[in-house]
Amino acid sequence: MSQILDDDQRIIEFDVRTDEMLVNMGPQHPSTHGVLRLVLRTDGEIVSEMEPHIGYLHRCAEKIGENLTARQWIPYTDRMDYLAAMNMNLGWSLAVEKLLRYQVSEKAKHLRVLIVELNRIASHLVGMGAYGLDLGTFSPFLYAFREREKILDLFEEVCGARLTYSYITVGGMTADLPPGWLQRCEAFLDQFEPIIQEYHALLTTNAIFVKRTAKIGVLSPEMAIDYGCTGPVLRGSGVDIDLRRDGESIYTAMYDGYAFEVAVMKNGHYPRDHEYPAVPRDAILGDCWHRFFVRMLEVVQSMDLVRQSIDRYSQCKGALGEPLKLAEKLPAGDTYLETECPKGQMGFYLVTDGTSIPWRVRARSSSFSNLAVSPELCRGCLIADVPAIVGSLDVVMGEIDR
Amino acid sequence: MKGISMRGTDFISELEAAVDGALIGRHLDVVDPWLEIAADKLLETCRWLKDLCEIRFDGLQCITAIDWFEPDPKKAAKVEWEPHTEVIYHLWSTKARASLVLKVKLPRWQGNEEGKIPELSSVVSVWRGADWHEREVFDLSGVQFNGHPDLRRILCPEDWDGYPLRKDYEMPLEYHGMRGR
Repeated sequence: MSQILDDDQRIIEFDVRTDEMLVNMGPQHPSTHGVLRLVLRTDGEIVSEMEPHIGYLHRCAEKIGENLTARQWIPYTDRMDYLAAMNMNLGWSLAVEKLLRYQVSEKAKHLRVLIVELNRIASHLVGMGAYGLDLGTFSPFLYAFREREKILDLFEEVCGARLTYSYITVGGMTADLPPGWLQRCEAFLDQFEPIIQEYHALLTTNAIFVKRTAKIGVLSPEMAIDYGCTGPVLRGSGVDIDLRRDGESIYTAMYDGYAFEVAVMKNGHYPRDHEYPAVPRDAILGDCWHRFFVRMLEVVQSMDLVRQSIDRYSQCKGALGEPLKLAEKLPAGDTYLETECPKGQMGFYLVTDGTSIPWRVRARSSSFSNLAVSPELCRGCLIADVPAIVGSLDVVMGEIDR
Repeated sequence: MKGISMRGTDFISELEAAVDGALIGRHLDVVDPWLEIAADKLLETCRWLKDLCEIRFDGLQCITAIDWFEPDPKKAAKVEWEPHTEVIYHLWSTKARASLVLKVKLPRWQGNEEGKIPELSSVVSVWRGADWHEREVFDLSGVQFNGHPDLRRILCPEDWDGYPLRKDYEMPLEYHGMRGR
């Protein structure tokens, strides 16, 4: 027992009890990723209980959806996960297409893969850079935003917007790619690929970063599933689920014929066809470091997918196809569809009564479920670890509060 | 996610045998097949689905409530359904990569007493992830989940009045001195 006491500062802290204190983190704390308020019940430096308070960004998106046609609601999906708006557009478009039993053209499918995977890179870059900020290092954030900026420039050329795109829409896309865009995209990928090693040097293998994230906030696979955690949070705990492979046929059909391996952390194993740094000795499965590293793996994976989709898109002969009418009549019924967004599995549930305006729309947010597990992870940690844990979940408040 | 239709009737007759009287309707030839479950058997059904049945639906993805109510009397005369609240559970099995949709019908108001929200048993004891989802349904659609450890509003402020996702909800004109509309 004395050996453990010497080793673990936290147990010594537990021995010397101090007055209980309630500490408010947020809603304007910079490391809370938007407007999230955390109420910590602390005993000295130890957090005995943590409770997130959400709703500061609630904009009644679901209620608004009951008054608009399916295509008119697309811009509202942009404003959910505003860091991956293309993925949100795709999720909703596919849900409506599933209800209509509508198939987009082959060319549109490849263009969709190209666009959403590029957006996934941008989203993970923010996730990575902001995570550095949470842990008190500023430079990775700038390195990440430098590259993300180039992706945003590409998106701006495509649809005119830098954040809220509304580019992917029900039945296809609002426009085709401008001339020369594919070359510019390839040039970006060529320039971006070697830079990933910089990120590994800055964060992944950085001794201080590893100290702050390894063995912190360990999430067991059972608990992750029980709480409905998805995406990198789930795969960081070693559960091998990715909807791009395991999802519904309307979604997986987009990725038919694409070569990719699901980025999942199993003890010491991950896809090996690229050069990745070794897993640090202190890191254990399901901790903050693993969740972070899954995102880094996905950046490489998405880059591969973008390259493949560029090839396949440029080989496609036919037309891209026009999107559906703004007030397309929807058959009475209901459908639920989940897609693999950068933050996790985002579900859209659509109920219609036979008119063009849905009776009820529901957005199942991945960040919502991922954040719900945070009180479990923070129980008994140090105050300084709270931003490390919440940051590793990579939540976006726009998506949680809708 | 594949629908339950891939298991066909096997799975459904197992459910019928395991939880007596739980299944009161099946709709298998629609886009998303779904099962209607009796409100008083919901908890028992969910326990069976998670722990005992072969597929093991270990994940609860989403809980939604729909208010079936038409405020416009002209349109209301034409609709085919009686006004009610519907609670929908989207389940998912990690092992089988399969999904399942359960629907539960509730009255709009408990005992038709306006202002008294309908009651349903909470499934937090089955899936811990249900906690926030049930709070959201309570907050926005007004369903009382019996057995929930901490049922309070989650998205709206704690002193908010009414249930915004109900069809007859009226936006307040004023909240703590702030003008709406």
